[in-house]
Amino acid sequence: MLPIIFVLPLIQLIILSNAATFEVKNIKFAYVDNDNTSFSRGLVEKFEASSYFNVVSQFPSEKLASKAMLQGKVDVILEIPSYFEKQLLKNKKADLSVIINAIDGAAAGVENVYINQIVQQFNKKAQVELFLFNNLGNQPQDIETIPSFWYNETLNYKTFMVPGILVLLVTMITLFLSGMNIVREKEIGTLEQINVTPIKKHQFIIGKLFPFLVLGMVLLTVGLIISKLLFHIPIVGSLSLMYLYTIIYILVILGMGLFISNFTDTQQQAMFIAWFFMVIFILMSGLFTPIESMPQWAQLLTEFNPIKYFVQVMRMVMLKGAGLSDIYPQVIKTFVFAIAMNTLAVISYKKTS
Amino acid sequence: MAKDNMIQVENLTKMFGDFTAVNNISFEVGKGEVFGFLGANGAGKTTAMKMLIGISKPTHGAATVAGYNVLTEAELVKRNIGYMSQRFSLYNDLTIKENIVFFGGIYGLSSKDIKEKSQTMINELGLHDMTNSLVGSLPLGWKQKVAFSVALLHNPKIVFLDEPTGGVDPITRRQFWEMIYREANRGVTIFVTTHYMDEAEYCDRVSIMVAGKIEALDTPKNLKSQFRVDSMNQVFLKLARNIE
Repeated sequence: MLPIIFVLPLIQLIILSNAATFEVKNIKFAYVDNDNTSFSRGLVEKFEASSYFNVVSQFPSEKLASKAMLQGKVDVILEIPSYFEKQLLKNKKADLSVIINAIDGAAAGVENVYINQIVQQFNKKAQVELFLFNNLGNQPQDIETIPSFWYNETLNYKTFMVPGILVLLVTMITLFLSGMNIVREKEIGTLEQINVTPIKKHQFIIGKLFPFLVLGMVLLTVGLIISKLLFHIPIVGSLSLMYLYTIIYILVILGMGLFISNFTDTQQQAMFIAWFFMVIFILMSGLFTPIESMPQWAQLLTEFNPIKYFVQVMRMVMLKGAGLSDIYPQVIKTFVFAIAMNTLAVISYKKTS
Repeated sequence: MAKDNMIQVENLTKMFGDFTAVNNISFEVGKGEVFGFLGANGAGKTTAMKMLIGISKPTHGAATVAGYNVLTEAELVKRNIGYMSQRFSLYNDLTIKENIVFFGGIYGLSSKDIKEKSQTMINELGLHDMTNSLVGSLPLGWKQKVAFSVALLHNPKIVFLDEPTGGVDPITRRQFWEMIYREANRGVTIFVTTHYMDEAEYCDRVSIMVAGKIEALDTPKNLKSQFRVDSMNQVFLKLARNIE
């Protein structure tokens, strides 16, 4: 059992960290060039040069290109109208038509931004050429923003995802193991034997908490080592702060697991309830989708989601180097949860029926 | 209440909804007695026993075990009793030694005590080669003997045995009863449920439960003469049939 507990989550960490990406890459790009001039070809070349786009093919008509999109062979269609170059030279203005498959709205938005960037670049180059060609004065001034990306300069999505995935794995393992634990003893019959001894309720619960707490911390440690060595995630903040917070956090999850375990009669029931909470916690944690975009009532619910605080703390301490004063609210809330959950665990453990 | 009664039960009743599992039973068990608690499956033996060991609350009535009220002083009752259940109740994934240390620890035995106790136990049972083997790997008969010894670790005044010899071969059963007698001679009160009527003959006194009520309670000898039969088996059959 022990190898399973350690090996499986770490494989998950390695696989998921590589796969769970929000980057939009390898966009299947097709174009219809009705102009076929040096200008239009120059534009297409820009797309070919971009690492985001894979130019799939050129279509003779918009109709054929649409059909390809329907079949899923193409994500983006750029249609260059006839007289594109002529219009540019004459009117200093030309239209392009872009069709984007927007079933995944977020991805479509990102694709639109990429396309705009490329067209802008092309536009700038065209302006220079136009300037030379027409020999006109007063070339428009450009305002350029130069972003500096803090805490994750290279915009590496792994830096963003790995701490979060690590949080999930630690949570899942500790919740499931503790949730299965007492109810398993009920099934086997050893719990009855324990109930006949003079053991105190809190002693029993502490005895149950301790091994899983150690297990969770070891899992976190191995996960952090992998994050550092394999994914080169920067660990800016204080490790001891991270560990201190994780101890409090795991106590919340374990208290909850033991509470579930006390309430159920079979491991199946416990598993089902643990899953119920796990799915809600994960999807409302801000790990995959920003909490700020959720409806008001959902945002309110996330206040009671321990995973949310753990994700925040891990990202803040690990990536930003936040100190205790920065994560104070999270620490206090988690601490309150830990007390509440473990009190419930002790109360719900009944030695007499 | 007689002074050396270890178990005193008065009008004990347990109801689950409308169903009366244990119906107004009363009896007492003296110190050092081997008390057989018989009954068919579903007659309410296990429910009655669970009330006596403090893990099930009686609906009506009262019981004192080792001098403590099972309703109000359940934890004190637990300190003074040993229990070995029908379902094997040591940890299968721990070794014999680890089980002893674990249960000894729960009862607050010092590590010196635990060491001495386990040594005596290992000698008595002849377990020398097996102390470090997992309990799960032992044959059932051995498991039950170890479980009985573990139930005695903290020198309880009473030991409750719930069908301790179920599924065990006749030789081991015999050895098991020798262990029971040895403890009874040391002054430990034994409260045992069983389905084996030959085992009932070994008891000092026997009660027979039918449908939640105690229908007969006496020494095996008296019961046999009362029902004019010559084995406990026949006593049991006669009683169970009459009620039906």
